[in-house]
Amino acid sequence: MLISVASGKGGTGKTTVSTNLAYALGKRAVILDCDVEEPNAHLFLNPEFEETENVTTKVPVVDMARCTLCRKCADICRFRAIAVAGKTVLVFPELCHSCGGCFRVCEPGALSEGLRELGDVEKGVSGDLGFVKGTLRVGEAMSPPLIKKVRTYHDLSRINIIDAPPGTSCPVIAAMRGTDFVLMVTEPTPFGLHDLKLAVGAVRILGIPHGLVINRSDMGDDKVRDYAKAEYIPVLMEIPFDRRIAECYSRGGLIAAMVPEWKESFMELFQKIQSQVLS
Amino acid sequence: MKVAVTSKGSDLESQVDPRFGRAKYIMIIDADTLAFEAVDNSENLNAFKGAGIQAATLICDKGAEVLLTGHCGPNAFTTLKAAGVKVVNDVDGMVLDAVTSFKNGRYTFAEEANVDGHW
Repeated sequence: MLISVASGKGGTGKTTVSTNLAYALGKRAVILDCDVEEPNAHLFLNPEFEETENVTTKVPVVDMARCTLCRKCADICRFRAIAVAGKTVLVFPELCHSCGGCFRVCEPGALSEGLRELGDVEKGVSGDLGFVKGTLRVGEAMSPPLIKKVRTYHDLSRINIIDAPPGTSCPVIAAMRGTDFVLMVTEPTPFGLHDLKLAVGAVRILGIPHGLVINRSDMGDDKVRDYAKAEYIPVLMEIPFDRRIAECYSRGGLIAAMVPEWKESFMELFQKIQSQVLS
Repeated sequence: MKVAVTSKGSDLESQVDPRFGRAKYIMIIDADTLAFEAVDNSENLNAFKGAGIQAATLICDKGAEVLLTGHCGPNAFTTLKAAGVKVVNDVDGMVLDAVTSFKNGRYTFAEEANVDGHW
């Protein structure tokens, strides 16, 4: 099973929910940290990494001896990663989305494949729990190809928990697409609700079953609950604004490890997700 | 000699547009006769990405040898340099005055881009 944990708004508690849920499930689960721009699940689960894979993407390299300056490559590139300037063809690798269009249209075969480094994927264990982390190279703007690579490390014989990046754009879509369930973590604030609505919009386009976790649930107002009710989105868990939880988090701890009742709650959360997926 | 000037309007009395890639118009002006072509850059103005590269390509294609503009980013500068187009940054005022100042040798050519990408 693939469960992605998303939010829309950042800082609502995606990693708190992902790590605690993964910890509660233990050997039955693998956590995949797909928040590659700032992965942080390892801070709470202290994994031991066993292997690292460097991830690259294909970019065109021009052989001017073969190039006829026909411009077909520059014309097809939606991202302006290739420009013909005078008698020179320039490639801007950082703009390339590796669609392969230029390679297809280049009749004289003047393009060869070069590589741009995207980042790396590390695989390891935290006790019995499987742990996978993607880290985007500093300066790299394009995270979806790396996120997709992280996701190839899933283990379909186990429960895969994908910690998604915030927002509603390509990186989140790359983390959520094709998962069995999206667990949306929100907070009862106007910003939380605003971004939750955007995220729900994206999840509905993808057609994935989804449910809510309301974090810091005793703050703010009832508008998130009203919205969930009106939209028939099940609220699967509420985490109160509790100083002990905040202290535990800031020490890099897990409430499911600290308080047995919380471990139970996260197990129940999984059961609810499971019944949602099956129904 | 043809000079390209980024412009907010389509005539020589218009103000220089400080933006390069997303300038409203790009004026291609014959520095000697002042005959000009005002190229509408509005499509590029709303470009998703690579507006500077596209505008730079346009200038190369139009055969301009010099660009007078406000701010030129790194990708645009690289493209212009590859085609041998010289760049003058921090140009402001009226397009006509900019061309005159250039003819009178009052500008120095830039060695590099004067703003970062996505500025």
